[in-house]
Amino acid sequence: MTRKKRRLYFVLSGMCVLAIAAALVLTSFEDSLVFFRSPSDLVEKPMPAGRNFRLGGLVEEGSVEKDGVVTRFRVTDLNESVPVTFEGLLPDLFREGQGVVTEGAFTDDGVFVASNVLAKHDENYMPPEVAEALKKSGQWKPEAKN
Amino acid sequence: MVAEVGQFALILALVTAVFQGGIPLFGAARGSQPMMRFANNAAFVQFAAITIAFICLTIGYVTSDFSILNVANNSHSLKPMLYKISGVWGNHEGSLLLWSWILALFGLAVAFFGRSLPDTLKSRVLAVQGLIGIGFLLFILFTSNPFERLDPAPLDGTGLNPLLQDPGLAFHPPFLYLGYVGLSVTFSFAIAALIEGRVDPAWARWVRPWTLAAWGFLTIGIALGSWWAYYELGWGGWWFWDPVENASFMPWLAATALLHSAIVVEKRDALKNWTILLAIIAFSLSLMGTFLVRSGVLNSVHAFATDPARGIFILIFLIVVIGGSLLLYGIRAPMMKGGGLFAPISREGALVLNNLLLSTATATILLGTLYPIFLDAVSGAKVSVGPPYFEATFLPLAIPLVIAMVFGPFLAWKRGDISGVLARLKFALLLALVLVGVIWWQKTGTTVMALVGMGIFAWLLVGTLLEWADRIRLFRIPLSNSWKRMVQLPRSAHGMTVAHIGVALVILGITASGAWQSEHLGVMKPGERVTVGGYDFRFDGAENVAGPNYDAVRGTFLASTGTEKGFYLYPEQRRYSNPPMDTTEAAIRPMLSADLYVVIGEADGKGGYAIRIYHKPFISWIWIGCFVMFAGGALSLSDRRLRLGAPGRVQKKAASAAGLSGAKG
Repeated sequence: MTRKKRRLYFVLSGMCVLAIAAALVLTSFEDSLVFFRSPSDLVEKPMPAGRNFRLGGLVEEGSVEKDGVVTRFRVTDLNESVPVTFEGLLPDLFREGQGVVTEGAFTDDGVFVASNVLAKHDENYMPPEVAEALKKSGQWKPEAKN
Repeated sequence: MVAEVGQFALILALVTAVFQGGIPLFGAARGSQPMMRFANNAAFVQFAAITIAFICLTIGYVTSDFSILNVANNSHSLKPMLYKISGVWGNHEGSLLLWSWILALFGLAVAFFGRSLPDTLKSRVLAVQGLIGIGFLLFILFTSNPFERLDPAPLDGTGLNPLLQDPGLAFHPPFLYLGYVGLSVTFSFAIAALIEGRVDPAWARWVRPWTLAAWGFLTIGIALGSWWAYYELGWGGWWFWDPVENASFMPWLAATALLHSAIVVEKRDALKNWTILLAIIAFSLSLMGTFLVRSGVLNSVHAFATDPARGIFILIFLIVVIGGSLLLYGIRAPMMKGGGLFAPISREGALVLNNLLLSTATATILLGTLYPIFLDAVSGAKVSVGPPYFEATFLPLAIPLVIAMVFGPFLAWKRGDISGVLARLKFALLLALVLVGVIWWQKTGTTVMALVGMGIFAWLLVGTLLEWADRIRLFRIPLSNSWKRMVQLPRSAHGMTVAHIGVALVILGITASGAWQSEHLGVMKPGERVTVGGYDFRFDGAENVAGPNYDAVRGTFLASTGTEKGFYLYPEQRRYSNPPMDTTEAAIRPMLSADLYVVIGEADGKGGYAIRIYHKPFISWIWIGCFVMFAGGALSLSDRRLRLGAPGRVQKKAASAAGLSGAKG
């Protein structure tokens, strides 16, 4: 085999690996992109049941109900709100009125079942997506930020 | 006073770095000995100056000098001493100071250990180190000064994030930085080689110890971080494909690739351009990781502060370093001649495959990590790329890599004999298949991934041991002769065996803990029992306890298998006062066969507590495996051939010939 031919084989095998990688990326990208939506966004751009996404906003005052390790609450951006259920241990700073980001999907009856609830480990912290969602809904109070 | 001394020392370090980055380069071009020698002295002065600055900041923390803004923002007089000290690097400014200090430390190490390096190469390497130092010191002095004063000084500080008040985390950043910054040395060697227009086996041998050291520290740093996430966050997970984790994983993958491609340069005088490029990429990824994490682009416990001025500086710095080095590469690389012919089935062929897979994996992770930032910048859409993406792209690349890991060391250089190798690996293949068969038979409902994982674990472990046994001709010649062969085998060969075994153990931990984890989630009242993973857990109730700077609700659990006495576990829910914050302290019983992991949540007001209990088989092996990998790297590093000051360019021929016949590593 000549030097050129061998180099060609190496380049070809490299291309093969890259092509496989590209295929893997393309097939899995669509499904694993997790979009962020605020409750108001969901009115404009509804999410189909079963599609995983992140829902963020404030935990609505007076909405938290506990039943053993199952918690029901509503996530609001002060214009719209969405009912959420979560089974598991809530993060340490989960409070009514606090910013929260939940990851999960809608069931067929319109309840958002969260597989993950993220409340940041800091009382003053507002997740940036939530802050932006509140600004969009016109309910942003700067003094609430810090 | 202390702060002013520190500030002055930093300015001195910056001035020194400017000279270190300029004079030796000029001297090397002119062939002026004194100008080249200047690099050594400059490296020493820079190290001394930054050490003084670091000590000054540490004094500020230890004495709780709240007139220093950085101390007031991140420390508290009631904090335990260990965390006062680790608090020095537990914040943006201090962590950058640590970075610069380690950079200077590596510069000094090159000056000290590199006595046998040719003057021009050494002075150029140190000059590039100096140039990197300029960037960091400017960044610290102009945007992130740790010595800024606060007037009037507050009575007490704000305190350190309680999540960071943890022994595992006290040492995670220094190790990670030793790894990140260690790659700056390989980067400097690569740039120096590009300037000189010369890469040869001697160069590869000089670079190898630095790559090995950086890789080993990075391994430990990542392992400590993941261990911390495992026991401190209380979620039971150890890796989340979080951008911050990816930021440390990508340089590790690139360093691993570099480690292997440099062997080809050393033994076959080939893959030179690629190796140089990898060295540039590995350090670029380290820089990007440092800044991605620190700049606040990514949100996590690591993002300390957001400041637009910093972001712009970082962007410019990244463009200069990465763009500049790639430009130099583009100009100089085509001048470097490639080496000998390659056969696909050969040691170098296997190493090329290793590099292909590792760099492709790095690229897919980079894509997944940066895509959300990119999309946000372009369209404002907020997305995140979750674990499914990374698993779907990384695992299909990692599995063939692990399979090839066994073949590689068996193959000869230049031309390997695949059927001969397969014959020698029959036993490994058989064992792997038997293990998979037994698991499939025993455990119904096992996933395909679990079977694949256990299969490649057995394949890699047994295959690696067979290769080692083959080298010392175990059981084929008298044992005493095998012993002699083993002693004579270069340490780098043993190091490779140990490191590959480490990888196998990590695979065991990941697969088994993922596939056979059992879990209980529910409200438990005192006196209640539950069985998880063959262990009986009795909840004895919860009480309030006070720690040095927190109050906690502490639960008491008795875990037993029924045959023995059992042991107690004490999970806590802590409430820190400075800064006010709650944390979950999981109670973990680590064992070789499995970890028991208990988390206590909120009280339900009716005497019960939300409780989560995990039984995670073999999970400790993930971290044991990482440590074994590190031990392999250390063993390899202790190889006499790799010691700096060993063979120079003159003895190159003899040394590489000896390397070829004596060592397969």
